[in-house]
Amino acid sequence: MSDGPAQMTYRDALNEALREEMQRDDAVFLMGEDIGRFDGAFKVTRGLLDEFGEQRVVDTPITEAGFTGLGIGAAMAGLRPVIEIMTVNFALVAMDQIVSNASKIHYMFGGQATVPMVIRMPGGAGHQLSAQHSHSLEAMFTHVPGLKVVVPATPEDAKGLLKTAIRDDDPVIFLESEGLYGKKGPVGGEDDLVPFGQAVVRRPGRDCTVIAHSRMVWVALAAAEDLAAQGIDVEVIDPRTFRPLDLDTLAASVRRTSRAVVVDEGWPECGIAAGVAAHLYEACFDWLDAPVVRVNSADVPMPYARNLEQAAIPQAGDVVSAVHAVLGREAGA
Amino acid sequence: MTHAAPAAQPDHDGMRAMFRTMTLIRRFEERASDEYMAGRIGGFLHLAIGEEAAIVGTVSALRPDDPLTSTYREHGQALARGSDPRAIMAELLGRATGICGGRGGSMHLMDRERSFYGGYGIVGGAVPLALGLAWATRYRGGDQVSVTMFGEGAANQGVVSECFNMAGLWDLPIVFLILNNQYGMGTPVERAAAVEDFYPRAAAYDIESWKVDGMDVLAVRGAVAEAARLAREERRPACVELLAYRYRGHSMSDPDTVRATEEKERWKARDPLVTFERVLLGEDIIDAGAIAAMQAEIDEVVTDAAAFAEESPEVPVVELARDVYAQPWNDDARGSALMRP
Repeated sequence: MSDGPAQMTYRDALNEALREEMQRDDAVFLMGEDIGRFDGAFKVTRGLLDEFGEQRVVDTPITEAGFTGLGIGAAMAGLRPVIEIMTVNFALVAMDQIVSNASKIHYMFGGQATVPMVIRMPGGAGHQLSAQHSHSLEAMFTHVPGLKVVVPATPEDAKGLLKTAIRDDDPVIFLESEGLYGKKGPVGGEDDLVPFGQAVVRRPGRDCTVIAHSRMVWVALAAAEDLAAQGIDVEVIDPRTFRPLDLDTLAASVRRTSRAVVVDEGWPECGIAAGVAAHLYEACFDWLDAPVVRVNSADVPMPYARNLEQAAIPQAGDVVSAVHAVLGREAGA
Repeated sequence: MTHAAPAAQPDHDGMRAMFRTMTLIRRFEERASDEYMAGRIGGFLHLAIGEEAAIVGTVSALRPDDPLTSTYREHGQALARGSDPRAIMAELLGRATGICGGRGGSMHLMDRERSFYGGYGIVGGAVPLALGLAWATRYRGGDQVSVTMFGEGAANQGVVSECFNMAGLWDLPIVFLILNNQYGMGTPVERAAAVEDFYPRAAAYDIESWKVDGMDVLAVRGAVAEAARLAREERRPACVELLAYRYRGHSMSDPDTVRATEEKERWKARDPLVTFERVLLGEDIIDAGAIAAMQAEIDEVVTDAAAFAEESPEVPVVELARDVYAQPWNDDARGSALMRP
């Protein structure tokens, strides 16, 4: 048996981060729908009600705008709320609180109040949940100055980034992936925080840079294996946070490989991939040997039918094709 | 630090102080109107002239450490909390010396030191923040009461009903103050609300609720004191609807042609300053000479505030991105790494 670091699911890594930070700081409390007695819709908060009690693990009515705003007010008073919105889809009814209040309070009042809160929510498609339950809304949140936006892809980052988020003094949008909760991997210890604004190279390579986040990291890595079998060596980089964005690491890679593909489960128009591509053009134009290619979900509301849904979301094959395109190769060549 | 909760009915000193604050708000806003007309104040300027009894009656019934939130019509709340008129006027003029450093303007005053948690521009949007301030008080075992003032227009927003529900469900120490000035911008209550009383909406969520004359400062004070007592001592939420009237249009850009002159005159006949002055004179709490001296003193304060604001420096443009984040991620990013030269 290996003596390496503990293997843990993404779900349990999040749970451990919450538990450790609640033990560390009495100001941290959790609030959301069905997070207590029900252990959370995705069981991320399992066991925390028993350990910390109803004062700190609070089941709410179905009232996303209301309890998100409550969290903002509590944060202004110095508490550190971790609000769970059951899925990112329901954040849309809380957008006024997130955009008009959370992101602006520190600036608008000249720095008199801070909003040290985390809003956790899972998103993404792939479970035949159709149009209203399959959003990837990274771009909407990243659009807004004053928010920080975090997109962990591994159990280690899920834990380390959540701990950083809880200790951060700004409102943090913490976007989990429904497709990753069961993913296992090593995790850090109690003091292993993952800093914001540091991209990580998931796979080094020299022919093309593939930028992917959250579940798309794993899609990109699968594509990289297929490409390696074809003699194409891609570098996969995970930004891990979009606000702040570690453009230096992304640009350094693209300057080496001269080619870039950006993979994003969201829609193409004004999306995360579009934003990253724009940064790469501005930072790396003279180094690029081909246009940056985006791989996004199809520009449609998510369909229910299994075959249509799979056609709509980025697959490893789509990433392979995109890499072929930036390398000037025909598909299958 | 502990504070005694104010009595439901003030003593004579208290009444004189309330009258002074009402007069200060009136004069300050009249001057703000002049500054706007002179082009020195930009954006929206929402005046609360006519609503001074509702504001001062409310704030005077609270402890200074009770967190207070308001709408974008909030100059009066800041003044009633004791914020420096100079810093408020400078904020209205967008100057570096403004109470929010010129970032907020008329709609977004805050004075954290005085537990005034701000004016907010989205109708109804601040009410959940007040619920969170109440939550934090209970979480820490404090005895403050969170008080949030909003209009009857905001009462039609869904999030306000969400807050009534959570306050009633969790017995949070909060007082909802519905300042019913009878118009949501230009739309009268009867064209916007199925039921023209608003306090029963809170009552539907098991919140003790009632309605008082918002033009009578002593009635407001008594009602808010009782509501705050319920929240502070019995840890139950409360709601008070204050029926009042604003004399000016929704904002300075509203010519106020919708409301009938006769209606406006009818309400002005019950002007809260005039009626309270009559009470104070009738009961020998103040005399005409003292009133004249008070008004002269206030005129000086307001003139001084305007002069201070006009002479204050603009906000340096290099500080444009300061305070976007409380915790910027590097020294270059005064706010956003995405903002590059």
